[in-house]
Amino acid sequence: MTDQTQNLGRSLLETDARTRKRNAAEARFKAFGVAAIAVALLALVVLLTSVVYNGASAFKQTYFELDIELPEAKLDKSGTRDLEVMKKVTTIGYAPILTAALEAAIEKAGIETTLDKKAIGGLISKEAAATVRNAVLANPEIVGTTQSFSILAEGRIDGYFKGRVTLESAALDSNTSPEALMLAQALADAGYADTKFNWAFLTAPDASDQRPEAAGLGVAILGSAYMMIVVLVLALPIGVAASVYLEEFAPKNRWTDLIEVNISNLAAVPSIVFGILGLAIFINFAQLNQSSPLVGGLVLTLMTLPTIIISTRAALKAVPPSIRDAALGVGASKMQSVFHHVLPLAAPGILTGTIIGLAQALGETAPLLLIGMVAFVRDYPAAYTPEAGLFGEASTALPVQVFNWTQRADPGFVERASGAIITLLVFLLIMNAIAIYLRRRFERRW
Amino acid sequence: MLPLTPTLFATLFLTGAGYFVAKGKANRLTGRLASLPHQYGLNAALSAILPAFGLMVLWLLADRIAARYEISLFRPENANVFPIAISVVAGLFVGVAINNVKPDYNARTAAERWIRGALITASSIAILTTVGIVFSMLRESFAFFAQYDAAKFFFSTEWSPNFRGDSALGILPLLWGTLYISFIALVFSVPIGLFAAIYLSEYAGPKARAIVKPAIEVLAGIPTIVYGLFALITVGPLLRDAIASPLGLGDSASSVMTAGLVMGIMLIPFVSSLSDDIISAVPQSLRDGSLGLGATKSETIRQVVLPAALPGVVGAILLAASRAIGETMIVVLGAGAAARLSMNPFEAMTTVTVKIVSQLTGDTDFNSPETLVAFALGMTLFVLTLGLNVFALFIVRKYQEQYE
Repeated sequence: MTDQTQNLGRSLLETDARTRKRNAAEARFKAFGVAAIAVALLALVVLLTSVVYNGASAFKQTYFELDIELPEAKLDKSGTRDLEVMKKVTTIGYAPILTAALEAAIEKAGIETTLDKKAIGGLISKEAAATVRNAVLANPEIVGTTQSFSILAEGRIDGYFKGRVTLESAALDSNTSPEALMLAQALADAGYADTKFNWAFLTAPDASDQRPEAAGLGVAILGSAYMMIVVLVLALPIGVAASVYLEEFAPKNRWTDLIEVNISNLAAVPSIVFGILGLAIFINFAQLNQSSPLVGGLVLTLMTLPTIIISTRAALKAVPPSIRDAALGVGASKMQSVFHHVLPLAAPGILTGTIIGLAQALGETAPLLLIGMVAFVRDYPAAYTPEAGLFGEASTALPVQVFNWTQRADPGFVERASGAIITLLVFLLIMNAIAIYLRRRFERRW
Repeated sequence: MLPLTPTLFATLFLTGAGYFVAKGKANRLTGRLASLPHQYGLNAALSAILPAFGLMVLWLLADRIAARYEISLFRPENANVFPIAISVVAGLFVGVAINNVKPDYNARTAAERWIRGALITASSIAILTTVGIVFSMLRESFAFFAQYDAAKFFFSTEWSPNFRGDSALGILPLLWGTLYISFIALVFSVPIGLFAAIYLSEYAGPKARAIVKPAIEVLAGIPTIVYGLFALITVGPLLRDAIASPLGLGDSASSVMTAGLVMGIMLIPFVSSLSDDIISAVPQSLRDGSLGLGATKSETIRQVVLPAALPGVVGAILLAASRAIGETMIVVLGAGAAARLSMNPFEAMTTVTVKIVSQLTGDTDFNSPETLVAFALGMTLFVLTLGLNVFALFIVRKYQEQYE
């Protein structure tokens, strides 16, 4: 009966080398876990910061606040205010008027500049002439008067006020000069230039390569909204019907086994393959319009279906069998028990799954590239036209617009692409918040 | 499409009318009815709308097929034959249903038969999608292989499409880029995802878990175009200026490393949530046994929990690999467009998905091998990812039950 501790020759409280090694290994292992999580969270933070840092400025835009004289001699020589005649004056005819207005403002503010007329005109966006022209054509009576306009500044001037362009970088840029930036600064100090919230970014259509300052997301948001409608209208009923059958009615046989394996595989098929399917079936075979929200919606529907089916089945499974048994017990048919009792109880879960599926569809890009949604579209697509049919007019989509802008040369588009991403993420955030709210509010545990 | 609009309205009218007529008729019947009156109405409505809708879809399909073979019934002058026929069929079905409104006719069963049919059709759409994918890609792939030697496609190491003809369309450089980028993505994401999952399921308290797990899953909800832009404007220039240029490894912002790293970030939540499920599924008794023998927690995890969860973890990694191979936007924006067989991870390379996009966007001529090759690439991609998925599911299923 000799004491074991005596044989050990030391107290239990002292750790020997081997125990220390094992404890160190334990601490190391735990540290690896913490480090892994830290890396993942850091990646998330860097990702979001990078996007917000690059894109937040897209929501602000520099405008010149000018009183523009609209001389009748130039804009309506006939003096009849006939729209057909006035339309013959193109934006090229309007540009000198804008330059003159800016020169007048420079003089009025008493700013000295060495820039020539052409360089002063270069401070104004090429899109501005179109803005003024549209205003004149919409209201011909203003010809001959002086009106105050808020007109877009050129992209690099805008970039200067946002800090993207500096005097040093402008010296190397053939499209602008340090003098132009200093002139713009002087105009801003005199109250003729102002940086405002950029509503046009959310409503205006895309603009050409040289005019990043005028590019907006209007068409893309509309196109994405149309596609979401198509996806919701098709994927929700089909997905719910398929899940109800598979979960409640399907006999266990080879056919239903095949369907189940199929659905889980479809959920893992790369999205670009759905684009190939859309191109081959919906465009080449069914001859639906290229770049139309209808085709985009159909492709996204097929992609979203597995997600909706999987979550709907989980929601149906969560409804306890006692509900079904009670309905059957009082004489309901199987169909009635499902449609009157099980489905309403599963509805919050189904809706949550559907919203998450829609959010996925909203961010999907690759398949849309293949069905031609990457095209340059400046006209707002109509929901229905007799020629193009329902959702048949060419359009783009939010994520595709981002891709489109990354392919442009002007550095101003980097800001636009990041701004579009912020918009997209805000939409996704709202959708996911609704899904979480629904889950919290209506989730029942039996 | 247009000739169907009147048919559509006719069908909708018949559906509504059928419902109210049949319900009204049932209401006027005397005696004990086999079903409630509205169920007679429902039966009549479904009899109108379901077959008519089915026929319309079939007609649209037939019309497209007929357009290729010039069948006389589908010529423009006969364009009204089928739409009228469909309306007549819908009318006939409604007529039968209304005629059937009798006390001993069980309308509920009849209506439910229609609903069941609709449910089965809806669940078959998944099969139809797969058939559509395989069919569309096979058809165009065969058209491609009729114009281009299959052996050259699969074994040539040169990719240089040329719209004047005599293109070299070897898949090997694309596959190399795809696998190289996926490999880097996995090297980055598997340890991080796995350790995160281990920490979350074995060490973290419920509070930390409730915050960290959703935060990591946010990464999974971010669209891939966002990762693509991140690679393009942040990671690419950073890697070039910090590593590639100083070491003389290359001066391209888009590189295998850029795409691989960003794709790795995208895959972290994928690996971690799958592994988390699998590790949590290992029975507690195994852990208790090991801890009871005096093993530390990390020893238990390394020597008991992980070996038990290994098949599932391998399955998760394979699923992540399949995801990486099929990923498009990150590589389109981050990896570059030059087909190249090189070991240098800081050089721009390209992948199968990038080339599918570049061959199919813009003005394409569907008879040239340069366009059709995209379908052969798509088919390869589909087979590759499907194989990985099936294999992964097989492994997971085979070993999952071992402790139950």
